Amino acid sequence: MHSVDYSFLQALWFILICILWIGYFVLEGFDFGVGMLLRHLGHNDADRRAIIHAIGPMWDGNEVWLLTAGGATFAAFPLWYASMFSGFYIALFLVLFALIIRGVAFEFWGKDDRPRWRATWEWAIVIGSFLASLLFGVAWANIVHGVPINAQQNFTGNLFTLLNPYALLGGVTLVLLFISHGAIYLNMKTGGDLPERARGVAKWASPAAAVVGIAFLVWTVIDMNDRTGASVAVAILGAIAAVLLATAAVSELGRRPGVAFGISTAAIAMLFVTLFVDLFPNVMPSTTSSLYNLTIANTSSSSKTLAIMAVVAVVMVPIVLAYTAWSYWVFRKRVSPEDFDRTTKNPLDLVGSGGKSAGTGAGPDPGSAPAG
Amino acid sequence: MTALDLARLQFATTTIFHFLFVPLSIGLAFYVAVNQTLHYRTGKEVYARQVHFWGRLMLLSFAVGVVTGIIQEFQFGMNWSEYSRFVGDIFGAPLAMEALIAFFMESTFLGFWIFAKGRVSPKTHLVSIWLVSIGSALSAFFIIAANSWMQHPVGYKMVGGKPHLTSIWAVITNNTAIAAYIHVLAAAALTASLVTIGVAGYHLRREHQVDAFTTAIKVALPILCIGVVVSFLAGDQLARLLIKQQPMKMAAAEALFNTEKPASMSLLATGDFTANPGHTNRDLKIPHVLSLLATRSWDGQVLGVNQLQKQYEAKYGPGRYYPYVAVVYWSYRIMVYLFLAMAIFALVGFILWRRGKLAVSRRFQRIAIWMAVTPFLVNTAGWVMTEVGRQPWIVQGLMLTRNANSPLVTTAQVAGTLIGFTLIFTAIGGVALWLFLREARKGIHEEAPAPGGPGAPDLSLAY
Repeated sequence: MHSVDYSFLQALWFILICILWIGYFVLEGFDFGVGMLLRHLGHNDADRRAIIHAIGPMWDGNEVWLLTAGGATFAAFPLWYASMFSGFYIALFLVLFALIIRGVAFEFWGKDDRPRWRATWEWAIVIGSFLASLLFGVAWANIVHGVPINAQQNFTGNLFTLLNPYALLGGVTLVLLFISHGAIYLNMKTGGDLPERARGVAKWASPAAAVVGIAFLVWTVIDMNDRTGASVAVAILGAIAAVLLATAAVSELGRRPGVAFGISTAAIAMLFVTLFVDLFPNVMPSTTSSLYNLTIANTSSSSKTLAIMAVVAVVMVPIVLAYTAWSYWVFRKRVSPEDFDRTTKNPLDLVGSGGKSAGTGAGPDPGSAPAG
Repeated sequence: MTALDLARLQFATTTIFHFLFVPLSIGLAFYVAVNQTLHYRTGKEVYARQVHFWGRLMLLSFAVGVVTGIIQEFQFGMNWSEYSRFVGDIFGAPLAMEALIAFFMESTFLGFWIFAKGRVSPKTHLVSIWLVSIGSALSAFFIIAANSWMQHPVGYKMVGGKPHLTSIWAVITNNTAIAAYIHVLAAAALTASLVTIGVAGYHLRREHQVDAFTTAIKVALPILCIGVVVSFLAGDQLARLLIKQQPMKMAAAEALFNTEKPASMSLLATGDFTANPGHTNRDLKIPHVLSLLATRSWDGQVLGVNQLQKQYEAKYGPGRYYPYVAVVYWSYRIMVYLFLAMAIFALVGFILWRRGKLAVSRRFQRIAIWMAVTPFLVNTAGWVMTEVGRQPWIVQGLMLTRNANSPLVTTAQVAGTLIGFTLIFTAIGGVALWLFLREARKGIHEEAPAPGGPGAPDLSLAY
């Protein structure tokens, strides 16, 4: 009885952590994509301010999904957390570097209007978003494929062990997928010329993400077949993810921006569902010996800790989701470069100029559509 | 240096840097929330201008504080994997709760507060800054609860050589955690109020925006006074807990090498600069005071480093169980002496206020500028004392620091990331400080941001 409860709690926490990662990737995925496209789509300061404002109220909250996934992994599977974080040492340092320069860049950017200052922090956002996307793809591909782990649960490889072709394909997949996701988001959330330019990016990025993503999925299924034998579930889920990726690539961006964003979100979610189902019940297989595989059973906290944290999660997650959704609803309107394209530098003057300014715009906005 | 030494240095560097911003952010969020409430209640424009000015400074502090906080959660796994394996059953829970309960609230409503001004009702906007303030203060609670468990482990039983959680309630209501949390909140109040008074002093000296900055001081001074009293009371409580829970830390903090009864408090001591010189060379003391503070009795006994070392050897086997005494002693002195300076400054400020001389006392204004630096030194010194004083333990009595680092992470890797983090922190810290000083020097906007109704968003706080 007791052990049944325990393995149930372990599986529950594996699922919860997967949900946190999926939440992280679908949410921060679009703000990473928007970040990567900042200089490409934004031709002048007003464009770039509109692009930044399109994710301004959300990006920081989106990043908390990562912190929660990290904290939950520490609480529920401390031995997984210890092996993964010490093993992916340099990769994680680079992730932290990317997130740090990107995070401060949003705040620093508007504090001065010299072109070099602006360009510096814009590049910090572009590079930070790119590097983090790439590394998360590389990291998750490695986790699913397995890495060299010894009997003491320690990673015995180095940074170059992680940079194998399969993992790099995972990294490229995530970069393209987030560029596409970000472009589809901007198509939905911006005004003026920006949606059209965003569609121009989505036109190549979404098909590219679909092609690379499907290749990655196929490799994942074949790889799994080699390691643990075929799994029908993984093949079916991978096929659904592939269909969603293909649908996102051909979806109608002009007329139904919200639907297109929904499909893109579902595609990212299904890609990761496929990876997680492939992984389960391992959490990080060992390529050294399957005896050393890290699993939900040999890395988890006690049933008491898992049960307590499950209660906390059950209470808190709906509350967090509710106010997050409400905040997204408040900021549902499109942001246009025209809102910022004034000769006046002081935003206070914008406010003084009346109701048609900045962001929500009380006046009718012809391209406006509510966010998905 | 070994990988272990470098990992310790990295933890010290990243944590000290992070904590320069944490109390400032928590304190300023509260200060801004108070001003916004005053504006909401009185409708006076001067408070709206305060919100705008201090709010922008707060956002700079938050930006650096938040991104450097991500490292804190990652580096337990990166550099301290054996520690994470050992304590995971207990230590991870408060970190996960911190993210779920506090970080989401803080980050979501901070973004909301920045961008929703004018888009939602003033009341909703006011609620959002309070949620930022509460969220940031709550996040401090969970991390303090986690740290306090390292100082004073409770609510566990040993199973197969590892602590297993028996009571999350015990971990959360750990007496060390409660006292340390109140101490940290008071430190946040001291930090933000001294920074605001310092900035205000700078402008008042130049007779610049006298009314606005006098108002700023009048809002900050009560917070400073409360901070002084509360941080003393909580600090005193912590010291008394220390005597019971970590007597070695207390002995080192007082450079008390041999047990005294009654125990004197050291004002100024010198000693050989080795980890444990065994005795002081010179020591200026006030008799009975340590006994009074630590035991609440005139002749109470306080154990010394040498006697405690013998006790611990008997209990835990041969080894060195003392920290680097001089570091603990001097960090404690810096904290206490600068705190006394803050208390005197608060008192003087209060008297000047009563006499209506805040805007005219040039000496007070000049000192105020320097006092703005002190909380950062005090906060750093406090953590150095707390963390160095626990050594050689990473978890008091349960795990030694030298057994806690990641076994297969190489010296070169730790050195590389240490250099990397130091460079990044120097760069963004330098930029943030420069921007902070520049914004602070500009002064408060002459006109209050337009109140704004629905449909007229006010982006004066946004990037």
